[in-house]
Amino acid sequence: MSKMRYSRRSILKSGAAAVAASTLPAPMIWAQEIKDITLRQFGTGVSNLNEVGQKVKEDLGFTLEMTALDSDSVTQRAATQPDSFDIADIEYWICKKVWPTGNLQAMDTSKIKNYDKIVGIFKSGKLTPESVIAQGTAPHSVGFVEGPGSTTFAKEETGWMTLIPTIYNADTLGIRPDLIGRPIESWTELLNPEFKGKASILDISSIGIMDMAMVCEAMGEIQYADKGNMTKEEIDKTFAIFTEAKKNGQFRAFWKTFDESVNLMASGEVVIQSMWSPAITAVKSRGIPCVYQPLKEGYRSWGGGIGLSKSLTGMELDAAYEYINWYLSGWVGGFLMRQGYYSAVPETSKEFMTADEWGYWFEGKPAGGDITNPFGDVLAKAGDTRDGGSFYERMGHVACWNAVMDENQYMVRKWNEFIAA
Amino acid sequence: MAMSRHVSGWLQAAPLTVVLGGFLIAPIIMIVVVSFWGATEYSIYPAFQFDNYSYLFGSAVVWKVFLATFKYALITWAFTLAIGFTVAYFLAFHVRSQAMQTALFLLCTIPFWTSNIIRMISWIPFLGRNGIANSALISWGVVDQPVEWLLYSDFSVILAFVHLYTLFMVVPIFNTMMRIDRSLIEAAVDNGASAFQTLRHVILPLTKPGIMIGTIFVVTLVMGDFITVRFMSGSQKANVGRLISNDIALLQYPSAAATSVVLLITVLMVIGILLRFVNIRKEL
Repeated sequence: MSKMRYSRRSILKSGAAAVAASTLPAPMIWAQEIKDITLRQFGTGVSNLNEVGQKVKEDLGFTLEMTALDSDSVTQRAATQPDSFDIADIEYWICKKVWPTGNLQAMDTSKIKNYDKIVGIFKSGKLTPESVIAQGTAPHSVGFVEGPGSTTFAKEETGWMTLIPTIYNADTLGIRPDLIGRPIESWTELLNPEFKGKASILDISSIGIMDMAMVCEAMGEIQYADKGNMTKEEIDKTFAIFTEAKKNGQFRAFWKTFDESVNLMASGEVVIQSMWSPAITAVKSRGIPCVYQPLKEGYRSWGGGIGLSKSLTGMELDAAYEYINWYLSGWVGGFLMRQGYYSAVPETSKEFMTADEWGYWFEGKPAGGDITNPFGDVLAKAGDTRDGGSFYERMGHVACWNAVMDENQYMVRKWNEFIAA
Repeated sequence: MAMSRHVSGWLQAAPLTVVLGGFLIAPIIMIVVVSFWGATEYSIYPAFQFDNYSYLFGSAVVWKVFLATFKYALITWAFTLAIGFTVAYFLAFHVRSQAMQTALFLLCTIPFWTSNIIRMISWIPFLGRNGIANSALISWGVVDQPVEWLLYSDFSVILAFVHLYTLFMVVPIFNTMMRIDRSLIEAAVDNGASAFQTLRHVILPLTKPGIMIGTIFVVTLVMGDFITVRFMSGSQKANVGRLISNDIALLQYPSAAATSVVLLITVLMVIGILLRFVNIRKEL
């Protein structure tokens, strides 16, 4: 705590304020020293983009080294090697696993400039005051701790945040409307015998189990108390239903990587499957119709954020706060939103998007002209609307969040058996 | 003098001992040790417990997976042997000129100039529902509907295995066949043996060491594989290698180590049994 009262700190604070006022990229006082700083960030591929690293160098002056790993390796590294990183870019369910190890430090929200503008999902848990909080590891439930050094999560906003939210989205099933030829409205369709040998789910246990739960619940076979934290009986029942479907030949294949999901869909091997938003885009960009189908039971949502390593102190820590403030100031948000993800502070991102892009991606309005992603690929043409509609329609219909269960190890074993069955 | 001979002997053996000790023996000991450890979701801790093994032997799924592994090995072995033997026989006895033999032999190795994975994955668009094989079958009128079992099935897994590993059968068999003394074949023919009798009673017994070496290659490769099964079955089938790779992906290292130990012992037993039939040292 005493560190927080360093006088240099207050200079920096006013420096940061000066930046805000003058929109200079970095405070001039430490502009020279900051060039030597390197922050090591690691995380899953989604937001670990080289463009972000380059822009940090341009805008803030310091170097951001990025390492992309799969979510299992990310979890392991965050939990076991706190000195190997400065910034962890992790999902909220990973935070639930990793935070108790004490390898991350809580962040003082009073130093986060745009804190007030962060979407409600990450603070009170409610998108709008009327929203119902979804099941699973909802971000706000692992988003705060009582104070620095605390290893248990707080129930409400405390001023000490575990992760600063960066990127999130609502996932659903992807379908090939041309090969199905009729409306799809429910998760139950994944196990509809009509699509025998033409369905797929992803072979990543922590996410796949949630998709399974959405299906079983929609079928009315199982009523879960909390899909994000199943009992052993619920796990057994869920796998029984899916193992039977597998034995009956419902699934064409399971996929583990992004590319596999794209190929399965594009080649017509599969017409309905769990999918990620950018994979839909990749299929579409080959000129093949593919829809990220909104379903009446709602979405399975996920969110990621950046956390700071416990060993981050002094100037590096200041640089990290600088980075976080920059992250929320709009450029990254715009960059991510133009790929179909959402930013934690949408209103700052708006300045970095055209009115047409904002209308298409956020407001669910028909596109006025070609909508391109930051890499120049055309994702939608004039008149197209986004699958699922506006931000509030999509994020307002989240049924559950990606989660880690108390019975995780049991579930993982069952998952292995399901794959081998 | 005797002393220094002793010392120089040890010194000469030392480099190999160090390499084998450091890169073969030590890792295996490590795997055995870790197989008794425990694991939490994100870490492993030293212990001496039999949990991993009791789960392995107690789970019906694991037994099924071991059975599937043997099934893949056996079927792949039968096909690679039949094809490998035929190809080697053709090269060794039908092709007369040495230059031609060498040229044809090199031709067999051409697919090995690209990566294993690429050769495997290139089957996927070929066998797919809308792939070349199905389009051809439909346009020939052989079938009306695309044949589904061509891809993501045991068929595609074994097809890929046979494609990938037949050369491992061809090479040793060809090698032993080339060493067969041609006068033995002449003697058999002179004594009135038919072509089949010569093959059955002269060539086959003399080729056994080559067959055995090829068998060991194919069986160990298939039993240890996981990537072919994963890609060609669309993750729908499992063999022991996939169990291990799944465990590693989920950070369950002790469980993966235990499975590895059981697999290692199984493979060693298979090889031990094979070696009882043929003395391959005679060949080397």
